[in-house]
Amino acid sequence: MRAGVRTLVLWCPDWPVVAAGCPPDVPAAVVAANRVVAATVAARADGVRSGLRRREAQGRCPQLQVVAPDPGRDARAFEPVVAAMEAFTPGVEIVRPGLAGFATRGPSRYFGGDEQLARRVLGAVRAVLERIVPGSDGVEAWVGCRVGVADGRFAAGVAARTRPGDGGPEERGPGAHVPAVAHAPGWTVVEQGRSRELLDPLPVAVLADPALAGLLARLGIRTLGELAALPAPTVLGRFGAAGARAHRLAGGLDERPLAARVPPADLAAGIELDPPADRVDVAAFAAHHLAADLHERLASRGLACTRVAVEAETEHGEHLSRLWRHEGALDPAAMAERVRWQLDGWLSQGGTTGGLTLIRLVPDEVVPAGGRQLGFWGGASDHGGVARGLARVQGMLGPEAVVTAVLGGGRDPLEEVRFVPWGEPRTPARAGPAVGVEGVAVPAGVEPAAGVEPAVGEGAPAGSVARHPASRRPDARRRPAPEVPPWPGRLPGPAPASVLAERRPVAVRDAAGDEATVSGRGVLSAPPAEVSVDGGRWSTVEAWAGPWPLEERWWEGGRRRARLQVVAGGTAYLLAREDGRWWVEAVYD
Amino acid sequence: MAVGGAGAQTSLAFALAAGPSRAGSWVAAVGVPHLGARAAAGLGVDLRRLVLVPAVGEQWAVVAAALLEVVDVAILGLPDRGVRPADARRLAARARERGAVLLLLADRVALGRRVLSLPEAWPEPTELRLGAQAAVWEGLGQGGGHLRARAVTVTAVGRRGASRPRSVGVWLPGPDGRVAARAETGGSREADRGGGAGSPGWVDDAVGT
Repeated sequence: MRAGVRTLVLWCPDWPVVAAGCPPDVPAAVVAANRVVAATVAARADGVRSGLRRREAQGRCPQLQVVAPDPGRDARAFEPVVAAMEAFTPGVEIVRPGLAGFATRGPSRYFGGDEQLARRVLGAVRAVLERIVPGSDGVEAWVGCRVGVADGRFAAGVAARTRPGDGGPEERGPGAHVPAVAHAPGWTVVEQGRSRELLDPLPVAVLADPALAGLLARLGIRTLGELAALPAPTVLGRFGAAGARAHRLAGGLDERPLAARVPPADLAAGIELDPPADRVDVAAFAAHHLAADLHERLASRGLACTRVAVEAETEHGEHLSRLWRHEGALDPAAMAERVRWQLDGWLSQGGTTGGLTLIRLVPDEVVPAGGRQLGFWGGASDHGGVARGLARVQGMLGPEAVVTAVLGGGRDPLEEVRFVPWGEPRTPARAGPAVGVEGVAVPAGVEPAAGVEPAVGEGAPAGSVARHPASRRPDARRRPAPEVPPWPGRLPGPAPASVLAERRPVAVRDAAGDEATVSGRGVLSAPPAEVSVDGGRWSTVEAWAGPWPLEERWWEGGRRRARLQVVAGGTAYLLAREDGRWWVEAVYD
Repeated sequence: MAVGGAGAQTSLAFALAAGPSRAGSWVAAVGVPHLGARAAAGLGVDLRRLVLVPAVGEQWAVVAAALLEVVDVAILGLPDRGVRPADARRLAARARERGAVLLLLADRVALGRRVLSLPEAWPEPTELRLGAQAAVWEGLGQGGGHLRARAVTVTAVGRRGASRPRSVGVWLPGPDGRVAARAETGGSREADRGGGAGSPGWVDDAVGT
């Protein structure tokens, strides 16, 4: 067996906060799905750690700025870093934004050894980072990026995470001092052929496979050295493919045996764009199909792609290329996502002078597909036909024209729904209550009138909770954090069947023929008697209720409205008074 | 199939699409820019299998035809200038061939504008016309309460076997948010004679025709 290819890995700790432009001395954290994924040095000094719940992180560091995650932003910001690395050697491969590497054989010789190379790469990348995060020089604890050189990508990644002070990877406690390692602030070089000395004392948790690590720990195998000492066939027999992979990594070998081969050229998938695409969504839409196409071709040969080259040409003849690696095999969605990030990086960072005319995906490294088990009942097989048909319509009208609706939270019918282009992840704009069959939620702020019996759950204190949004912040110490905000002020069901994206003007007059108005205290001047929608005929109001005031974000110049439900001419409308005018917001037709 | 009735047609279309949607069919809405997704979900349409093409513009017929290849129920908001006879014929033929259902929204949300009536906008004869009439809202008073339930009378007129008009009282939706037949109304007499059509499943059955 041969040791892994000598590799240099550049790791930028907490890349998402760096990409968001948060200065390291300001406590800030990127929170995804309510868990901290990255935090600045200042936040970490206050005890904020990855994996903490947002509320707990805010408890430890009250002035914490919470930043929403944005993989696109991370990838965009990483592009100049990769460009700086590419000045040393072509063939830089990106594992994910914040982690990239290349094989050092050639560049090491040219620059006079691994240590020299590491030092130079570090210098070049730091210069780039200082442009991204201004004012970072003064902060002592801030590193920005670390470089590790070792045999194989895994060992190099571990080396990059190794701090000079403790000899062990960050956040995993001090390890033993390793003699074969040359340290300097920011870089770590492990001598050729001695990567195992670095890996052996580390806990199995480093493998980033929690299920396997937990199992190994319970069986008494606590360090990589102990795992590597086991015979490989036994590990494969007991733990399967995941175990075999872990065993290879622990032994300082490459992730896979060198069966990975250069694929035949005709597997590359390319598409010409005419007219040239200068917007990322247009290019990404084309790339989406390209990824599916490539995946299909590979799958028909029983192959899966572990490293893909994204290539593009611009209308001015520039040729761009970048490698992306995935630990597992890239599925079409993952590939399309990476291509989107890459194209976004090129188009937004000024790497191009014109629109893209050609996008190619070249599978750079393929392995036999591990195979996948289809659902016994066929699963979502007919989904494919629908997807193709919808993609055709998207091709005609543009990717944004075909949408699906996602329900979220909000106080009026328009806010509650987000239209997501077909093929993008269906995430609501804001968290909201789960939809029951009837879609009825808390009808706070609506007073049951005399003679109308309150529905189940109705009769919440109608002191217009919606007027005091601050008061709906639940007290974290007394109650567990609610998963969904309640959105007081929502209208109770049924929901209007037509929600006007562009609301229409309407005239409302009382019995005397004067325009009905709503006072600043939310009182109607007179009962509405007739309405005329958009200059149409006047129709008599048969029943009405309201006005229900709705003040949103009053502390920063939000909206102030009063809403009215009206039945006129057999049709029910949702009217709103804002800025001295009446509008139709929705029709219950 | 055409769905009409000024005060309730969109809800009626949702209720008709809900049965197939729950059974796993895909539903598309073409040229319905004001679609209220929460109402659709409330009436039983699965939003994961509801595809919207709100702004189609000039390519209405092409888009509708393309979607008809893949979905089982298409809710069509007719374009302002109407559909050309050849396009209408082709869409109807394609729907018949695939066993798909076209739900035409006959009385669009006009809001003061004049729009074409159904025969003008869709020159092809329709298999079945469903109209929701005499909508009565419950729960709203003079200054109090809120909209809670709607009672409508749905009348079906069609060709061939369905040429005799039938009507049934329907809650659209009822106080519990569901669509249900109203037993007590006089309007359902004829429907009962039509052979069990007064059952709550009537609305769903109609989709198969």
